[in-house]
Amino acid sequence: MLQALADGILTGSIIALGAIGLTLTMGILRFANFAHAELITWGAYMALGVLAITGVFAGPIGPFSFGLPLILATLVAAVLTAALALVVDYLVFRPLRSHTNHMTVVFSSFGVSLLVRMVILLIFGGSAEYYSDELQIAVRLMPGLRVMPDHLFTLGLTLVIVIALHFFLQRTRLGLSMRALAENPDLVRINGIDTRTVVRWTWIIGAALAAVAGVLYGMTVQLRPEIGFQLLLPLFAAAILGGVGNVFGAVVGGLIVGLAESFSVLFIPAGYKMAVPFIILLAVLYVRPSGLFGGMRGGAK
Amino acid sequence: MTTALLQVSDITAGYRPDLPILHGVSVSVSEAEMVTIIGPNGAGKSTLVKAIAGLVPISSGTVSVAGSNVTNLLTHKLATASIAYVPQTANVFTTLTIDENLKLGASTLSKAEGARRIAMAYDNFPVLQKYRSHKAKVLSGGQRQTLAVARALLTEPRLLMLDEPSAGLSPLMVSEVFERLKSLVSTGVAILMVEQNVKAALAISDRTYVLAEGRNRIDGPSSELAGDSQVATIYLGAGGRKR
Repeated sequence: MLQALADGILTGSIIALGAIGLTLTMGILRFANFAHAELITWGAYMALGVLAITGVFAGPIGPFSFGLPLILATLVAAVLTAALALVVDYLVFRPLRSHTNHMTVVFSSFGVSLLVRMVILLIFGGSAEYYSDELQIAVRLMPGLRVMPDHLFTLGLTLVIVIALHFFLQRTRLGLSMRALAENPDLVRINGIDTRTVVRWTWIIGAALAAVAGVLYGMTVQLRPEIGFQLLLPLFAAAILGGVGNVFGAVVGGLIVGLAESFSVLFIPAGYKMAVPFIILLAVLYVRPSGLFGGMRGGAK
Repeated sequence: MTTALLQVSDITAGYRPDLPILHGVSVSVSEAEMVTIIGPNGAGKSTLVKAIAGLVPISSGTVSVAGSNVTNLLTHKLATASIAYVPQTANVFTTLTIDENLKLGASTLSKAEGARRIAMAYDNFPVLQKYRSHKAKVLSGGQRQTLAVARALLTEPRLLMLDEPSAGLSPLMVSEVFERLKSLVSTGVAILMVEQNVKAALAISDRTYVLAEGRNRIDGPSSELAGDSQVATIYLGAGGRKR
């Protein structure tokens, strides 16, 4: 039981990081971006690429499997993922947003997602990769509960990011503009704010978080070109469960999805675990159609 | 008449270029003057102020403020052009607090200057001070209107545009809002206001334009138009086409 709880929280926090970016872009740009999960894969592989190019495999820090090089590689990956998101928005989504209907943009995001996955497959190949071949010793926290140091790190980092993001959204002008943009884009412009800048920062933040989620996934599980595809539905479930546009909701949604998956394995065959979050999602939406914490919807151009 | 602060000359505008809503409309507003736009439903009154604010594209004609051309202005540059605009509906962020609404309105100012003017706004509108940390969705229609106007004034505009400020307000609130706008004009702010309430509009403003079907019909000093039978005819004539 305890082990399932720990596993669920781990998966949940990675899903949460991805879902935050998804819920922000979905709330502000008002379209379901199916390519968002691919940013996670992209971020994970960019970090691998940076490690491979720089060739540094400096020793791990303390009990963790990784060292300073992976941390630096993650920062570079976050920048490269943000760049990809901005380029895709500029080349694909932005022209479509102003000239076609909503569904066209959604389907174009399917296309983008396939394209990104194929590019990764082309460059890195299809086999599983790892950041490090260091062996980790699980720490026994209490009877019946063993945790990898990396898993604790993942949890801690997620917590720090969520708190930092909360302060950013509550306390800064840009954060305030982002929340306002989700409610009423025209009124944001009337207030003298260039919404294009706010949209760009939304992409940057969402993509950077996706890159971090990707690296954490690669670190705790493994790197495969299908990471994004596998996380796609859990991400949407988490974002919708928490209420579109609601960052706190995405975190809670991510944890619920992660826990539901890991606990379900105790009761039903593992092959069915993907379905469990959706049963919860349907049940929640039946009672609360706008998600657990309501949601805000916008429509920025 | 002194030189116009706002000069709208012969503009054609609409959401789609092939479907114009305004067909060559001209309007001018002088410094510290209150001008109202009236007309039957579908006359294009709201479209006119939206076009000035850069929310509806203008396909021909010009808009200038104090002599400089601001045709098809990028909406976020309104404040730079000394214009403030209060839309008719959805004119406050209901998911944000009153304080946050005002902070957004001050986003073109430095933090210190913004804080100073927000403090002044709280002095001028005590009701906002009272609810400052509440979400704006708790405010009544009149209070939202107050917040929207307070927000618009933060940038100290020379021209304030309002789209039906009396919509949905009780008669008592309407006269209160109009009194406040009048006192604003006396401080030197020019006002361009769209109004449904013809009587009130003619009673309060200096000059009035009557639009119908996207065209100028009559304009002149409000006191003269009040007794003009043509104004009533325009409303009755378009009565059958109410949308």
